[in-house]
Amino acid sequence: MSTARPPSTLSAARTVLYKELTLERRAPQTLTAMALFCASAFVIFHFALARNEVEGALAAGVLWVTLTLAALLGIGRSFVADREEGGLDGFLLAPAPRISLLFAKAAALLIFLLIIGFFAALLFSVMLLGPTPDGAQWASLALLILLADLGIALVGTLVAGIAIQTRARDLITSILALPLLIPLLIAVTKASEPLLSVGGGTLAWRWLALLGLYDLIFGLLAYALFDYLIED
Amino acid sequence: MTNTEPAVVCSGLVRSYGERRALDGIDLTLEQGQTLVVFGPNGAGKTTLLRVLSTLLRPSAGDASVLGSDLRKEGWKVRSQIGFLGHQSLCFGDLTARENLRYHAKLHGIENAAARVEAVLEQAGLSGRGDERVFGYSRGMLQRLAICRAVLHQPQVLLLDEPRSNLDPAAIEQVEPLIGAASGRTRVVASHDPAGGLAEADLVLGLRNGAAVLLERAAQATTEQIRELYR
Repeated sequence: MSTARPPSTLSAARTVLYKELTLERRAPQTLTAMALFCASAFVIFHFALARNEVEGALAAGVLWVTLTLAALLGIGRSFVADREEGGLDGFLLAPAPRISLLFAKAAALLIFLLIIGFFAALLFSVMLLGPTPDGAQWASLALLILLADLGIALVGTLVAGIAIQTRARDLITSILALPLLIPLLIAVTKASEPLLSVGGGTLAWRWLALLGLYDLIFGLLAYALFDYLIED
Repeated sequence: MTNTEPAVVCSGLVRSYGERRALDGIDLTLEQGQTLVVFGPNGAGKTTLLRVLSTLLRPSAGDASVLGSDLRKEGWKVRSQIGFLGHQSLCFGDLTARENLRYHAKLHGIENAAARVEAVLEQAGLSGRGDERVFGYSRGMLQRLAICRAVLHQPQVLLLDEPRSNLDPAAIEQVEPLIGAASGRTRVVASHDPAGGLAEADLVLGLRNGAAVLLERAAQATTEQIRELYR
């Protein structure tokens, strides 16, 4: 006869994360949609701005608006299987700590966002970006993508957790997520601007610090609220 | 230490959806090892009662406990002791049956999960197709898989919403040791089959518009009384 002991937060989070990644590997809908969106957006910007190349503030704006909107696709899909196939009920029926779902969902979303972030940055540099960043600037941009994606993943999971309990979940995701992401979007765009300028520049550390603070605040907020959001 | 508390106790249990009371002051006590069969027309509150007892829904008023644990305060304790079978399998279509069951086994912290998964798949007659993705399963196979999921952690109390739906006679016989009286577990079963339900019941609850209009020992209840609920 097998015995059971409620899993730890880490163990339950690992289990859910593995499931999330397996589902995406089997049917890569989220990553495909996000990648196609980014490529399409860059083409649209190319014609809408009537420019072959962009740099500085405009380049940062184009890149991060595209990534933020692509992230909304990922956020919107993060609980789809749970909603349509009863996965959330399946999780809630287990004696696993509720917070493990936040960690797993945010980690899965972060992984998807990082893949898309780096893909989009490379694509952007080929399709639209005027200046060619050097190694240090690429490293700084990678750090910005990591910090911004962490914030988007936390806010996105929190918002998706709220939305899944409502009937207007598809609307709620965009309506709630975008305003909450505005400070992040401002900070990451300002921080990216010198890296994408002609002549190059260095990372603006105060904007980087603001990004870190944003991640911390929303991390704590998600940790405090998530249990209540997913319970009836 | 053996828990001698009643398996299920409801006292003035109410669950509302907005203004509408889906459960309206249910009082009942079910002893361990007994089977409660819940009858009632569509929308009477059967599924809501099962979802409240499973901790998926919170009571709006009144009290409810499972094996002595209050559903509001000790939901985490209740969850390892109940097995819930609802209208959905709660399994992911893009995972195989084995992967789904291993996922649930890990969330329940089952030690020796692989062996337990194999055992329930074998009992449900699914071991030969356990490596197929679930989206290709027939409704009957999906129901058998859902039964495997519900009993995987060997819960003491089973909450079963029309457990034999979509199953052919052979499959019903096959899953009987898992969810039938032979399982030896306390069971709360929602059913639309007056004769079959009455035959397996120790206690009968009839719901209409969320209210208990019939609560009898099975020996005292008749199929006519149950059919009356649907008129």
